[in-house]
Amino acid sequence: MEFFNGKPALALLVVSLVKIAVLLFVLMTALAYLTWFERKVVAHIQSRWGPYYVGAHGLLQPLADGVKFLFKEDVTPPTADKFVYILAPFMALALALTAIALIPFGPPTLTLLGQPIFVVANVSISLVFLFAITSIGVYGVALAGWSSNSKYPLLGGVRSSAQMISYEVSMTLSVVGVLLLARSFGFNEIIANQAGSIINWHVFTLNGFPQIIGFLCYMTAAVAETNRVPFDLPEAETELVAGFHTEYSAFKFAMFFMAEYANMITVSCLATILFFGGWLSPFPDSWTWQNYLPAAGLLLIAAYCAYDVVVYMKGIARLQLSVVTLLAAVGGIVCLIPAVHPYIIGVFWFVAKLFVFMFFYVIVRGTLPRFRYDQLMSFGWKFLLPVSLANLVVTAFFIILRRG
Amino acid sequence: MIPFILFFLLAFVAVGAAVALIVAREPIHSALSLILVMISLAVLYLLLGAEFISAVQIIVYAGAIMVLFVFVIMLLNAGVEERTDFSKLAKWVGPILAFFMIVELGVWLSRSAIGRVVATGSPESYTPASTVGLSRMIFQQYLLPFEATSILILIAIIGALVLAKKGE
Repeated sequence: MEFFNGKPALALLVVSLVKIAVLLFVLMTALAYLTWFERKVVAHIQSRWGPYYVGAHGLLQPLADGVKFLFKEDVTPPTADKFVYILAPFMALALALTAIALIPFGPPTLTLLGQPIFVVANVSISLVFLFAITSIGVYGVALAGWSSNSKYPLLGGVRSSAQMISYEVSMTLSVVGVLLLARSFGFNEIIANQAGSIINWHVFTLNGFPQIIGFLCYMTAAVAETNRVPFDLPEAETELVAGFHTEYSAFKFAMFFMAEYANMITVSCLATILFFGGWLSPFPDSWTWQNYLPAAGLLLIAAYCAYDVVVYMKGIARLQLSVVTLLAAVGGIVCLIPAVHPYIIGVFWFVAKLFVFMFFYVIVRGTLPRFRYDQLMSFGWKFLLPVSLANLVVTAFFIILRRG
Repeated sequence: MIPFILFFLLAFVAVGAAVALIVAREPIHSALSLILVMISLAVLYLLLGAEFISAVQIIVYAGAIMVLFVFVIMLLNAGVEERTDFSKLAKWVGPILAFFMIVELGVWLSRSAIGRVVATGSPESYTPASTVGLSRMIFQQYLLPFEATSILILIAIIGALVLAKKGE
């Protein structure tokens, strides 16, 4: 809150605006390509090709989808409550994006004009604020269901409110073990507590009690919180057409879609920070070769794309993929410069861990059937909640034992 | 200066939303206004340096209690509220009484110790309250009243369950 003390206020304002602009741009691109990624992976699970025709490997498909959403007719049902009907998608997307402002993507020691580069809102109790923001996220879905004034959306909205209230309890309880270990609400302190190497991460740590059970509870509750398969009952198409967003079209529908993906990113970021060491590397600091991993990854992508261009691609796709190859190669070469290393290595590990979680989300979606509604409720209250409570008690016990 | 502007902005939002809560005829609109009141209160707490209380205000009131309100309104599909005519007495005496109460509150506040702090308090004295300090107070200094309150809430929950079961 140095904002109030005058002098650094301008620097804070300017740096924050720049960070917000960059984060929004990166995030929107990531959201768009997440849909491409999901369609590709699910397609390959089901022995299909997925998007293929718009751009090489369907790489321009997200762009085409975005244009389509922008130019479609935006229908508002005549019986809908206009104000709430328009408010709901804005609320869903705005809250989903606000939550990401709290996530530190890299080390807090790197600063610009006295402000950390890799986090937009540097709050001391970030975790509590994040839960505050996600706890009001349910309104987007609930209000969308209500304001459409139609029976399937209403059922979807009611279902999702009940589901999100139920699983929020387990989700919050499952991370308290981590708070006990880190003794702080701040993301920077929680990450600093896991410094060292992979064995110090909260999910494996023996300094206290390994949070593996807490992590499994968290991940299950997180999938339910984001309304994804196998907990996607608010939009179960066999029962409810499309659930809460049945009456939404064009860009308002796209906003719900983006909000869902942004929420997936938020909960995955949280899992990364709380259990898997955030931007920390899994290897000890003395292994200096790890600084070249980002460069190696990018160069591998470039090599694969180059092979693809030469052997398989034809016509315009050949040109499009050449551009991707070139970008990856240039990026890889830039990452080889030692001066760049401190700025990319943290982000590299963070994004790598995030990617694993995204892959997990998509695999779960591609392979698991949907729960029945009563199964969902009894699983949340009768299994997940007691297990996360037990995890909390056992963790507290071990911590007290250790302190003697 | 900035806290001053922010305070009045939020105060107007809070009061405006509170008025909208009473005036609105659709139950969901009333609930939405109440959420707005809760959130502006949370930001006011933030201005006072109570970060944790502010976040908890949002989690508990806006995120849990109001979600239940909205949920129940949706579940019962409550229609537009019917207006009864105000009673004549309330129409004439009400505003006068309200006026006197506001004056009384203002006079009392300006003379009390809190009022003097508010009048002379400067933004430079701003220090965020530590969560550790707060938990020390709750779990050491005031442990007994805190636990007594939690038992009271538990009794209320059990009471609600018993009342709900009575009809069966």
